[in-house]
Amino acid sequence: MRERLDLTPGRIALLAVLAALLALVVAGPPLWSGAADEIDTAAMRAGASAAHPFGTDQLGRDLLARVLVATRLSLLLALATAALGFALGVAVGLLPALLGPRLRSVVATTINLFVAIPGLLLALLVATIVGIGAKGAVIALGVALAPQAARLTQTLAASVGGAEYVAASRVVGVRWPRLLGRHILPNIAAPLVLQFAMATSQALLALSALSFLGLGVQSPDYDWGALLSVGLDRMYVTPMAALGPGLAIVLAGVAINAGGDVLAAAIATDAPQRARRRRRAAGLAPSATLAAPVAEALADEAAPAAAASAAAAPAAAAPAADAAPGDVPAAPAVDPAPAPPAPAGPPAALRVERLSVSLPAAEGAVTPVREVSLTVGHGERVGIVGESGSGKSLTALAAAALLEPPFAVETAAHEIAGEPLFARAGTGRRRLLGRSLAVVFQDPLSALNPALRLRRQLTEAAIEHRDLDAGEATEAAIERLRELRLTRPEQRLGQHPHELSGGMRQRAVIAMGMTVRPGLIVADEPTTALDVAVEREVLAALRRANDEDGTAILLISHDIGVIASFCERVLVMYGGRIVEELPAADLRERAVHPYTRALLAAVPDMETDRDRPLPTIPGRPPTAAELPASCAFAARCAFASERCRAQQPPLVALDGAPGRRVACWHPAPDAAAPAPAAAAGDEREEERR
Amino acid sequence: MSGGHPWLRFAARRLLLLAASLALLIVLTFLAMRLVPGDPVRAALGPSASAEVVEARRAALGLDDPALVQLRDYAGRVVRGDFGESLTQRRAVGDILGERLPATARLCLLAFLVVALVALPLGVAIAVFTRGGTRPPLAGAFTLGTGVVMSIPEYLCAAGLVALFGVTLGWLPIAGAEQASSYVLPVLALAAVPTAILARLTRVETLRVLDQEYIRVARSKRLPARALYLRHLLPNALTATLTVGGLLFGAMIASTVIVENVFAWPGIGTTVVEAIIAKDYPLVQAVVLVLGAIVLVVNLLIDVVLGLLDPRSLIRES
Ligand code: SF4
Repeated sequence: MRERLDLTPGRIALLAVLAALLALVVAGPPLWSGAADEIDTAAMRAGASAAHPFGTDQLGRDLLARVLVATRLSLLLALATAALGFALGVAVGLLPALLGPRLRSVVATTINLFVAIPGLLLALLVATIVGIGAKGAVIALGVALAPQAARLTQTLAASVGGAEYVAASRVVGVRWPRLLGRHILPNIAAPLVLQFAMATSQALLALSALSFLGLGVQSPDYDWGALLSVGLDRMYVTPMAALGPGLAIVLAGVAINAGGDVLAAAIATDAPQRARRRRRAAGLAPSATLAAPVAEALADEAAPAAAASAAAAPAAAAPAADAAPGDVPAAPAVDPAPAPPAPAGPPAALRVERLSVSLPAAEGAVTPVREVSLTVGHGERVGIVGESGSGKSLTALAAAALLEPPFAVETAAHEIAGEPLFARAGTGRRRLLGRSLAVVFQDPLSALNPALRLRRQLTEAAIEHRDLDAGEATEAAIERLRELRLTRPEQRLGQHPHELSGGMRQRAVIAMGMTVRPGLIVADEPTTALDVAVEREVLAALRRANDEDGTAILLISHDIGVIASFCERVLVMYGGRIVEELPAADLRERAVHPYTRALLAAVPDMETDRDRPLPTIPGRPPTAAELPASCAFAARCAFASERCRAQQPPLVALDGAPGRRVACWHPAPDAAAPAPAAAAGDEREEERR
Repeated sequence: MSGGHPWLRFAARRLLLLAASLALLIVLTFLAMRLVPGDPVRAALGPSASAEVVEARRAALGLDDPALVQLRDYAGRVVRGDFGESLTQRRAVGDILGERLPATARLCLLAFLVVALVALPLGVAIAVFTRGGTRPPLAGAFTLGTGVVMSIPEYLCAAGLVALFGVTLGWLPIAGAEQASSYVLPVLALAAVPTAILARLTRVETLRVLDQEYIRVARSKRLPARALYLRHLLPNALTATLTVGGLLFGAMIASTVIVENVFAWPGIGTTVVEAIIAKDYPLVQAVVLVLGAIVLVVNLLIDVVLGLLDPRSLIRES
């Protein structure tokens, strides 16, 4: 319960303050009103002393006693104000949920119009009618509060009213009082309580403000605001005279909010159970619990402050979401064979040694990429293939120096175009990367900045790194778009992303990565979700950059067919490691790692019926948190032995095959050996018959 | 340009809404004056006036006409800028507003400028430095600091500023608007809470945008930090920030009423409090109308500017 209610020490302290305040409401006046009203002409306007810690007022009355006594009036007036505002607001706000569509929109529009008018102005207007004084202030502020409460109720009720069981209740003829009492109100109670608490503390501040200005509580009564205005005159003699009531106001406001939080949490944890019970009683099918949508509506509706503090929760949790907490085995001390040396000539476009990527998680850190070494030669086309979760995209992003905290990247060496990346800093590193490396991203829908026109997005990199002027860069962008067969490229450049179709955006994103003409393009799943025709164009455009400009390509894909046909050299990744490296020419016939062969077996060939779902490797790849200290593929491998389950196979050069590496205890000797996934393949054959 | 149409449609719809809100404001102020206890004419003319004089005055003011006719006449006068005569100052309310509004406007605009110039860079910077859960102490200090500022109402803040800078240190004037330094304390008092709220929101929005794929794409272009943050990040982080900024500006116009009274600022806020205490109904009515209209128009302007800045907000609206 403690955890569900989120009882931090600070919050417990505030709840204690709240309890003390409530005690004062009851006991304050009987205990201290004598002292508070006792006129002491000998001690008029006295400073702070042991007898009068806050000093005395112009009649010599003890200010501390007056602050304590004023708790009752201050808090009761605030409560009355919030209650009035919510009574009005909730009544009006529930109307739309019960009315037909036309009346509903009339009420909703009226509420919106009222919300637009600042509350204080409404309050001033009402105060002139009702007259100044405590009653006037309560009515004025209550009325001013009502539109907000109405809108909140309306939003909440709409989110619940749309729920299937409410619709179902209507169909089966549940009458509206019952609908309201049993279904709508219980489900919006938690956020309403929270908002009520916030409104009470707002009302406290506003009432104090009015009293402070002389528009609220009138003498001889007094609340904290009135005491504050008395104390303010004497600030320089007795700071506590003003600080006392001021502190009381602030502390009470914060404590009331904390109380509301806890109460709302208690209701919210309780509500789904009660709602379920009710639904069962009504004989209706249960729907998704309502706590979540209501909490969302609340987050939307709550003051930005509340949203802010909610979002201020450790953001680190989000990226680690799919890395389930678990026991993380330490990376075994395996010394992998270094990447084969690049052939002599121009320096390699990219070289990384022992690249690891890790991420803090609930228990320790997870390491989704482990000790990956790879080289992309000048003008070479290299592919990384693997299932999702194999770490291939993280490897590519880390190689492109694009990973940000909370990801932590470690490398033994990292060179771009022959230059050590970390030998430079700041602008120097930025220029090296900008000129030598561009990235084509996988999701065209989220890769374009929605606030900028295409022209800006497609020219800025070339302007920055190729020293083109705006006109030349535009020409270059148009040329790239043409190559990708985007219609009317000049016109497209003047548009925002949301004005383009999905296909156009895909082409624009791919063109964007190619405008700098760098030494290396890292293309992360550039053809995922594309139809075959566009896929062919994209690969052709990459190929053209490779042929004409000598741009090296590092292509990341889960599709071993695409990799095999496009690349010269292939790296196969599994469980965050490279498990096999080989020339693309050897891929189909001479792959030796069981995982590579399973991937190949899952590729449809010419005879396969294209309409059938593709066969896949049985089982699923481990998540980063599940990576074992042994061979990560063992659970799915037809050749797994005791050794495979105990020890990590190191990535070693394959005997007698230059440029080939493999990480497997039992590599298949040659192509004649039975395909490791044969068993699985047979099963699929049987299913087909 | 095809982008113009949705924006125009959006602007037209917002204008319509503004017109409706203004009409509501006029109706509300009209109703308020009819609900005021006692006879305003009698109150205006004083107890010594004879019954005939009061009757004649009533007729002259059109107070015997049917309510709808009166409402129409009232709306017509308001639109022409004729707010009647102040009961206490015996002169046109419009003149009083003309005298007092500029001081209030200067105060509000300066305070809003301070809010924008402090909150936006602060929020963005804190977001960039604490992104991905890094530097938790900085994030904690920021959340705590803004939280404390947010929980202090502006009149307390004003009182504290007066005590500290005006009285204890004696550095700054605490009343009136005679010199440039007179602005410092009222502007600070007005700006503190909105700055804290907006800085928090800016941080949250910036963190959200920083996690977007298009920011990673922009990073991949290795642009200078200036281009990355000003061009790619800010327009996307601003939508919610400006929307809330507009609401805060509205709230700030209301807060001036309070802050002006603490600092004896010669603006409309001191005027309206005096008017309420003196039961000077026409003056109160006019202040509510004018301040309300200003808030509504400012909010409209911000929405419409946002529509230009971030075309998606139009789609979301429609
Ligand atoms: S090491 Fe063992 S389990 Fe792993 S792939 Fe090779 S044969 Fe299979």
